[in-house]
Amino acid sequence: MRIERRLAQPRWLMLVVPLLSLVVAFVVATVILLATHHPPLHSFRRLFDAAFLANGALTETVVSATPLAFTGLAAAVAFRMNLFNIGAEGQLYAGAITGATMGLLLGGAPSPVTIAVMILAGSAGGALLAAIPGVLRAFFSTNEIITSLMLNYVMALVIDYLIFDSHSYLRETKGFNASVFPQGKQLPDAATWSSWTIHGLVLPLGFLVAIGVAVGLWFLYSRTRFGFEVQVIGDSARAGRYAGMRTRRKILAVMLLSGAVAGLGGASQDGDFRHQLDPRGLTQANYGYTGIVVAALARYNPFAVVVVAFLLGGLQNAGYTLQGADFPNGLVGVLQGLILFCVLGGELFVRYRIRFERRPSTAAPATQ
Amino acid sequence: MNNSLLVVVIAQGIAYGTPLLYAALGELLAERSGVLNLGVEGMMLVGAVMGFWAVQRFHVTSPLALVGAIAVAALAGAAMAAIHAFLVITLRANQIVSGLALTIFAGVAGLSSYLGNDLNLARSPARHQFQAIFPKSWQDINAVGPILFGQSALVYASWVCVVLVALYLTRTRVGLNLRAVGESPAAADAMGIDVAGYRYAHTLVGGAFAGIGGATFSLSITPQWLAGLTQGAGWIAIALVIFAFWRPTLCLVGAYFFGAFTYLPFALQKYSWAPPPELAQSLPYVMTVLALVLVSSRAARLRFGAPSALGQPYVREER
Repeated sequence: MRIERRLAQPRWLMLVVPLLSLVVAFVVATVILLATHHPPLHSFRRLFDAAFLANGALTETVVSATPLAFTGLAAAVAFRMNLFNIGAEGQLYAGAITGATMGLLLGGAPSPVTIAVMILAGSAGGALLAAIPGVLRAFFSTNEIITSLMLNYVMALVIDYLIFDSHSYLRETKGFNASVFPQGKQLPDAATWSSWTIHGLVLPLGFLVAIGVAVGLWFLYSRTRFGFEVQVIGDSARAGRYAGMRTRRKILAVMLLSGAVAGLGGASQDGDFRHQLDPRGLTQANYGYTGIVVAALARYNPFAVVVVAFLLGGLQNAGYTLQGADFPNGLVGVLQGLILFCVLGGELFVRYRIRFERRPSTAAPATQ
Repeated sequence: MNNSLLVVVIAQGIAYGTPLLYAALGELLAERSGVLNLGVEGMMLVGAVMGFWAVQRFHVTSPLALVGAIAVAALAGAAMAAIHAFLVITLRANQIVSGLALTIFAGVAGLSSYLGNDLNLARSPARHQFQAIFPKSWQDINAVGPILFGQSALVYASWVCVVLVALYLTRTRVGLNLRAVGESPAAADAMGIDVAGYRYAHTLVGGAFAGIGGATFSLSITPQWLAGLTQGAGWIAIALVIFAFWRPTLCLVGAYFFGAFTYLPFALQKYSWAPPPELAQSLPYVMTVLALVLVSSRAARLRFGAPSALGQPYVREER
């Protein structure tokens, strides 16, 4: 058996291989479910039902898909340059903090102004946090994987501190409830982002913004000089430097962009869905990490990110809806990981061909 | 004396640093063969849950149950590492993405929580746990007592592991071959070394070490099963390998340093002048970032850098 590189990658393979990978992932999941005495078909049907078919399921799926679209885009932007920002989780928290702060500060302002300021503040918050691993990577060559990830844990503690352990501006301090169970201050009505209902499907502003961001990123990466330079540096930093590209600036710029997109997702959490800084809700959802799965499955293509975010949003939504009952806890992460493994492994069959041939009966003489 | 802040923090720093040390030693072996495995957090959690399961289910005497539990944890960690090894060595997948996938698959929201839930492990204390092995009178010696003699068998075993790994890397033929595979797989291949075999073996051993590190949490430090009980220790272990310059003895120093910072918030709780707990809890993460910056200077990287082939697949036909 030999594995050799394909000279041309047929188009049909690029479609068939990921689909087959999905099938393999579900087959493996079936084995895991059977081994732990859960009825697999029943679990999958309930999953699919809760994600896409049940009454109002699609609306809930969009709710889960919106942050995943943002974090997925954030990861895709950076990963394309081989810059592994896995801090979208923390950058989303940062955006949620700055977004909620501005929403509260602008209490009486008209709604469009408040929303616009929240969007800007959220992006700025995420970008500011991403600037730390960005600067360290650009100017000190510090591994951005670890630094961006460490900041996720720090931000989770910051958000806990703001709501549970201090009398911060963001915490609700009045009322009986507030003294028993600490929670974030309710945002004013003007800070509630608009939404549109089409045939019972509620489309929040955040989801549309995410689509807009995807279009913008596609344009940036495929139609501008900046995008071209980022791709070149991503493929070979040395080639980029020799061609006179400013590598450090690009690293920092891409990191800031990635953080800004993730932070925007945080502001959308405040404005679209939670209407307060909600520490438990944000830190338990794992949006940032799932965003990496989304980006990798979408092969870092911004439009594909939105589609994959919708599909994985369905999975995540089903995980919430079914949690607690006889639905195995942790199955969602297992499925996400399996799908990613299978798609990653499947790429071999797109790039390489496998030849089965009989070995020559005698060892070939070493002639060259 | 033995209750003073300094002695307590050093003694507990060693205890809390031990899981980091095991995981870092494992990651070091994998990276020395050229395989970057970012799935340490996931492997630790699966090791923690399976080790805890074993100790609850094995109805034998305490030492036997604990040894069995460590073996189960090591096997579980190695099984997780096998997925990564197959993907990156045989299927030539991107090592960074595959490692992240492993952490998502096995981590807090994945297999470890699935198993913990399914095997009904939450909310019960461990039936057996690792305890101090030296007599009480030894532990009461000033300063030295709690630090050197108050530890569990896992701590002393980790010291043996550090020595063994250090000797293995510098004094044995196989260890030298391993370093050749990590530095220049093409040259190693030309020498007749089985590159893929070495990479598989060391990735699996690395997973086993991570599994034991996870079990150190669930059988000695916590000691019970909580979803996500490692709280990022796997990631700190990966960073530890970097600022230990891929050397086992420096891993030991680094692990105890970070162990001390992990324990500090608990030690400070009883003092009135203590800073907010979140500030103290964020110290290990902040220190990781700072330490990484310190070692990433150009001079340090040239002299004590990563194995040259780290993160790159080796394909004989494409070198």
